[in-house]
Amino acid sequence: MGLDIRWPIGLMFTLIGALLTVYGMIVKSDNAISLGININFIWGIVLLVFGLAMLGGAFYGR
Amino acid sequence: MQPIQLHHIDYAILIAYVAFVLGIGWTLARYMKTSADFLTSARSIPTWVTGLAFISANLGALELVGMAASGAKYGISTAHFYWVGAIPAMIFLAVFMMPFYYGSKARSVPEYLKMRFDGRVRLLNSFAFAVMTIFASGISMNALAKLLANLLPWQMSLNVLGFHLGSYDIYLWISSIIVLLYVLKGGLTSAIYTEVLQFFMIVLGFAPVVYLGLKDVGGWHSMNNSLQTVATNNGYAADAWTSAWKPLIAGSAHNPMGVDLFAMLFGLGFVLSFGYWCTNFLVVQRAMAAKNMAAARNTPLVASVPKMVFPFLVIVPGMIAAALMTMPDKHYRIPPPLVSSENYAKAVDAFKTTNPANTEKMTQAIDEALGKNVDPAIILSMARANLDNKLSDEQIKQGLYNSITENDYDGVILSLVKKYCPPGLLGLALTALLASFMSGMAGNVTAFNTVFTYDLYQANFAKNKSDKHYFWVGKFATIGGIVLSIAAAYFASQYNNAMDIIQLVFGFVNAPLFATFLLGMFWKRTTATGAFLGLFGGIGSSAIFHALTTVKSNLDASGHVVNVMKGGYIHVVTAFPSEMAQNFWLAAFAFIAAFVLTVGISLVTKRTKTDAELKGLVYSLTPKIVDNNQPWYQRPAVLGIVLLICCVILNFIFW
Repeated sequence: MGLDIRWPIGLMFTLIGALLTVYGMIVKSDNAISLGININFIWGIVLLVFGLAMLGGAFYGR
Repeated sequence: MQPIQLHHIDYAILIAYVAFVLGIGWTLARYMKTSADFLTSARSIPTWVTGLAFISANLGALELVGMAASGAKYGISTAHFYWVGAIPAMIFLAVFMMPFYYGSKARSVPEYLKMRFDGRVRLLNSFAFAVMTIFASGISMNALAKLLANLLPWQMSLNVLGFHLGSYDIYLWISSIIVLLYVLKGGLTSAIYTEVLQFFMIVLGFAPVVYLGLKDVGGWHSMNNSLQTVATNNGYAADAWTSAWKPLIAGSAHNPMGVDLFAMLFGLGFVLSFGYWCTNFLVVQRAMAAKNMAAARNTPLVASVPKMVFPFLVIVPGMIAAALMTMPDKHYRIPPPLVSSENYAKAVDAFKTTNPANTEKMTQAIDEALGKNVDPAIILSMARANLDNKLSDEQIKQGLYNSITENDYDGVILSLVKKYCPPGLLGLALTALLASFMSGMAGNVTAFNTVFTYDLYQANFAKNKSDKHYFWVGKFATIGGIVLSIAAAYFASQYNNAMDIIQLVFGFVNAPLFATFLLGMFWKRTTATGAFLGLFGGIGSSAIFHALTTVKSNLDASGHVVNVMKGGYIHVVTAFPSEMAQNFWLAAFAFIAAFVLTVGISLVTKRTKTDAELKGLVYSLTPKIVDNNQPWYQRPAVLGIVLLICCVILNFIFW
């Protein structure tokens, strides 16, 4: 139906992943750390990789 | 429920999601040229997209909230709703039923019923389905607006045309308008695409909560050890929360669900699950939007892979919450039911003004102020602490919160999100929750507008209009569906008991429906009159069964029924251990009644359709699909068997 769904999925998770990663690098106060893990930074990287993989799939699937 | 403090990063994630959802709708608008584009996606969508939409259409927030609640209440047995109550039915739909739905070129499930039987069966099914989707959508939006009003820190009010709108109203209208905009622009395709977005949002939003929760309780084995304590504290065998089958085989008195093996396997595993997954147009519509027959058949198979592992995402959080309750050093409790701030203030006053030497009187005064039972031991320790060192009002309120003995299990998932998610991750998890509410509404509205346009409007009022006409009717039906959903949401918020009755009636209607489809698809002798009267008879037998049975907890000391909503209002023939058991048995009874009636009436009435007319609609009269052009490992039957084996292995692992 015209639009490859991988573009919006990839763009959105790349954006959110980048936001979380940067936020995790900047904000390291106690309430940003859960059980001793900088979860924002780690999960931001996961979302970023997922988003970029989706964008890659969309790009090569054009 | 304490309001959650959101930060800029949380709002940024929420706004990004809404912007992308609206962007998808706007981008797709240019491709919406015909009614088929708008209402059926012109059968153009690939398997992986329809597969994820198929599972997402069912993955509303009510499921996220409800499954976590059941995980805390029943443990791993809740996975039966997936491994018994979904996977076999999804595989059956893919292998045996999709060829008829897709091959008949029906645009909806009611239209298939028209082709197979006649207009009466179609009208009954389409009308019941249209009303049901509106109420389901309304219930979802009511839950969303309530959640936002309780969760977000802003208290808002507006005056519009003389009407006063509070926080609840504003959240309800804003979220409904967002759904309206993207569905009105992009039709079914827009709903399907956002369901895929929602699927990834839920997986990626809740996975960290599960990971952090398991880490907090000391890992899987440590959680299981704690759950053994939960089971023995509740009077069950130690493995009642950690084994899926052993407590069930031991009998209804030995598992927290109160369900016996027959009710689980036949009531849930066959009647209810096949009735939902194989005949509900909301989910079947996703498969019918696939680009070809192979994609349509593979849709439920693709969906069954994540469905199989979803218990680890949605049920395990509930089990973590139950385990945390046994660990005093974790300072966690499953949230108590919502109590207004006025009642808390009254209870704080009662605590401060009652003589601390008389704990019994103090407990009674607090019970009355809160409207809930409190734990006298906690009140006693608070009274002692207050004597040693004056407690502040806030400390007293926190103590009272912890002293309420009742648990609101629906609050489990949010309480874990609040406990483990720092700002940032919190925005991701909350956006996932909101996304599931909104796509629940979008899914129901897109199913409603298709059934309304093709099965109610075109079939009964305007048979031969132009395609443009139906395209616009579909758009107006979308607006009407949203407006009716908002009305249903207000109705649900005002009349809880009325909603219970409506859901009960839909339970009566749905239980016998699978018998009609099963006989229609697999027995060519089934007549339209047999199907129509059999369906009515099944609905009637559901109502009679409910009137003659109840649950044990609904009987007072003299054996009289306390609440007629739980059945037994004519006479109590049987009292079941739990409402779940009653529902499963009701479904089994209604199915058998509808099946026997349909067969009996079909044998004494004349067929109105010839064998030639039923070709492509009935199994024995339809040429079998030859999958020779596909590699053996891509054939639906082979994939179905592999998935079934995986499902059986999962059941054995958690035996």
